[in-house]
Amino acid sequence: MSVNIRVKNAIKKFGDNTVISDVSLDIQDKELFTLLGPSGCGKTTLLRMIAGFNSIEGGEFFFNEKKINDMEVSHRNIGMVFQNYAIFPHYSVRQNVEFGLKNRKYDKEKIQTEADKFLKLMQIFDFRDRKPEQLSGGQQQRVALARALVIKPDVLLMDEPLSNLDAKLRLEMRQVIRDIQKEVGITTIYVTHDQEEAMAISDRIAVMSNGKIQQIGRPQEIYHRPINEFVATFIGRTNFVTAQFCASDSCIKIGDFSFPYHDLIIKEDAAVLLSVRPEDFIIHKKSEPGLPGIVRDSYFLGLNTHQLVELAYNQQIVEIIRESSLDEATKVGEEVSLSIKSHKINVFSDDGLKNLILKG
Amino acid sequence: MMNKKVKFDLWTIIGLGLLGLYGIFLLFPMTNLISQAVRDKETGEFTLAYFIEFFSSPYYFNTLWNSFKVTTAVTILTLIVGTPLAYIFTRYEIKGKGILRILIIISSMSAPFIGAYSWILLLGRSGVITLFFKNSLGITIPDIYGFAGILIVLSLQLYPLIFLYVSGALNNVDNSLLEASENLGCSGVKRFFKIVIPLISPTLFAAGLLVFMRALADFGTPMLIGEGFRTFPVTIFNEFISEIGGDDGFAAAISIIAIVITTLVFLAQQYVTMRKTFSMSSMNKIRPKKATGIKQVLIHVYSYLLIGISILPQMYIFYTSFKNVQGLTFAPGYSFQSYIDAFDKVGRAISNTMVIPGIALVLVVFLAVLLAYISIRRVSSLSKILDSVSMVPYIIPGSVIGITLLIAFNKPPIILSGTLAIMVIGLVIRRMPYTIRSTAAILQQIPMSIEEAALSLGSSKMNTFYKITMPMMAAGIFSGAILSWITMISELSTAILLYTARTRTLTVEIYTQIIRGNYGISAALATILTVLTVISLLVFNRISQDENLAM
Repeated sequence: MSVNIRVKNAIKKFGDNTVISDVSLDIQDKELFTLLGPSGCGKTTLLRMIAGFNSIEGGEFFFNEKKINDMEVSHRNIGMVFQNYAIFPHYSVRQNVEFGLKNRKYDKEKIQTEADKFLKLMQIFDFRDRKPEQLSGGQQQRVALARALVIKPDVLLMDEPLSNLDAKLRLEMRQVIRDIQKEVGITTIYVTHDQEEAMAISDRIAVMSNGKIQQIGRPQEIYHRPINEFVATFIGRTNFVTAQFCASDSCIKIGDFSFPYHDLIIKEDAAVLLSVRPEDFIIHKKSEPGLPGIVRDSYFLGLNTHQLVELAYNQQIVEIIRESSLDEATKVGEEVSLSIKSHKINVFSDDGLKNLILKG
Repeated sequence: MMNKKVKFDLWTIIGLGLLGLYGIFLLFPMTNLISQAVRDKETGEFTLAYFIEFFSSPYYFNTLWNSFKVTTAVTILTLIVGTPLAYIFTRYEIKGKGILRILIIISSMSAPFIGAYSWILLLGRSGVITLFFKNSLGITIPDIYGFAGILIVLSLQLYPLIFLYVSGALNNVDNSLLEASENLGCSGVKRFFKIVIPLISPTLFAAGLLVFMRALADFGTPMLIGEGFRTFPVTIFNEFISEIGGDDGFAAAISIIAIVITTLVFLAQQYVTMRKTFSMSSMNKIRPKKATGIKQVLIHVYSYLLIGISILPQMYIFYTSFKNVQGLTFAPGYSFQSYIDAFDKVGRAISNTMVIPGIALVLVVFLAVLLAYISIRRVSSLSKILDSVSMVPYIIPGSVIGITLLIAFNKPPIILSGTLAIMVIGLVIRRMPYTIRSTAAILQQIPMSIEEAALSLGSSKMNTFYKITMPMMAAGIFSGAILSWITMISELSTAILLYTARTRTLTVEIYTQIIRGNYGISAALATILTVLTVISLLVFNRISQDENLAM
């Protein structure tokens, strides 16, 4: 059985220090839901409240219709994967996987067949009699997953499960986790600080900061329509450019450069903050129309070239990304002109707290 | 823990139970001691007469000053001797290092008074070395009694503690720090003082404190070798035990003064350490390398000489235990006579030495595991109280613990004086702080998430403790237990106050035989004690190696 998880107005305090303030979540059945945020934002704390390792200072937590606030950890029927895997070092791989089944007092035969099934599913059947210390990081990760899933938990909770692996293995295990989660069909909450990992793996993401949820949405929504300056900065790279919205002719002005823009919720002139991702600037020869600037630095990274351009209008440095070629079209020190893919940018109020683009 | 309301689970009950035990066997005797010290014996009224008597009589005040003087000297000397040895052992290759290390540990593990006794046999008024110099060379060497004797015996006995602590600390110093220092133009002796010593200074203070407490509390050494140089454990013992003029109230007052001193020293150490602590983890341990030229000669001479001298007393005792005995003194020729006599007369002491520390050990381990678990994993106001209370015996000298127990339990409601139980309790109380600390250290190395994983897999709290936490701690607990065992079988200062004819232990018996001048039997018994210690150490080595393999 799988469940949906509801968190209503959760509050967590350590002493007088509020770490989670008024957080609400609605996680769908069989969904892979990620809590994403910088370290110290409260994402692990929230996960541990759902798991039952942290006390709850306020709010209500539900698995389906069942309130779990005061339920013992051991009765919540959760599968948990820890950052350091938490494999029992004195047990073999098989004993680790069987531990949860034994606590459920299943008969011997069932324990054996269930354990075998998940050992095979996670491709660690061949290592079943080894001690954890003889396994690599990736294999330990597989044991942790098998051990968490074999008890047929209602929910799977994963706390930065890939952060101890090297880059290559991280990509591989990311795929494994995604595939298994879909195959078993289990509601999963995944905690990470790695935005790329979050986007690759999640059905939906909640971006957190300072104990609050900033935005919940599909990875595409969060990347392309961040709700505020924080989300725009945290997800992907972006440049912020101050500009003026001119209501009378529906255009946005950066210094002397302006371009038409229609889809804003505001109807009068206002100072705005543009978020332009590096790939949404187009760099041209000086002669072409656009935002004038000088190339200050250039990094060749193979597929792309990153260039830092100083804007003539306020001496701000912006980063642009362009496809690289054998003969770079623009050189360091060269005067250039930048145009903007206006349909892809985001426009925030000048304090950065609100996205002003009409939802559609 | 799960909720704002304090959950009254099994661990809370265990915690309260432990607090109750401390209440009965530590806090109750301590308050008793205090009331004894400030109450007039006849009238029962409040009085500071004992304290006034103590401080106004130069005789008593001197014992305290003597204790302080010799203890401070011992602490400094052990640091001066032990720290370079640890550094040499960490930095350089030394021939026979493994055996030397075992010898260092053996020399520290015996009861100090046996060392004192052996030094008397060697360097005393009619010691073999003294006589050799006098008769063959015509040189009179200064005798070993008094301040110098206590200083030498206790320093040789206690520098291994510094060695072990400092070796551990040096193990955490990253070699790249030393390399960086050399690269910046600071090497050799200058580097030792500018870089190494500051890095390990918290350890030096901690180890120094341990040496100070041990030296201050030691009863047997000053008793045997101090002669006119009286220290306070001897005075306490005499005041309390002596049949003529023995005075509980006065002994209690001295005890309290002693505790005040140890507390002050303890607080000073904590204060200094707190301001100096930094955490280090060594990715790149210091590897021993081969020294060359004169340096190599010097470090070998230093190591061999120091360790040779410190193991000499036990070697000599071992040797004399096989000498023929006539009456009380040694005679030419060799035999097992001393052993036969020893077993004949004091078989009971040997079995007591198995039974009393044995029971105490089981209790200590059991209680310490529970206490450590509560203090690390169940942090609450209760665990903090337990933490502080359980560390109190750390600063109370052994003879004072003996006295508090006797004063408290020689009258109703609880009469324990003269029983085996009181000996066990004495050992348990004295050993608990050390065992709790070592157990807590083991527990801290087990990540919390391992237990959380077990809980999330449906295991109850108790099941998790027995199936997961305990087995992971087992190897560490067991090797800690062996160290406790070795300390317990060589304990004298508490036992000497609490024993009766039925509960004599080996150390008490050896001490008694030495006082009676029964050299053969005491040598044989001391050798038996050493053999027991060595066997225990070998088991310990075995276990801790296995542990390394497993973790």
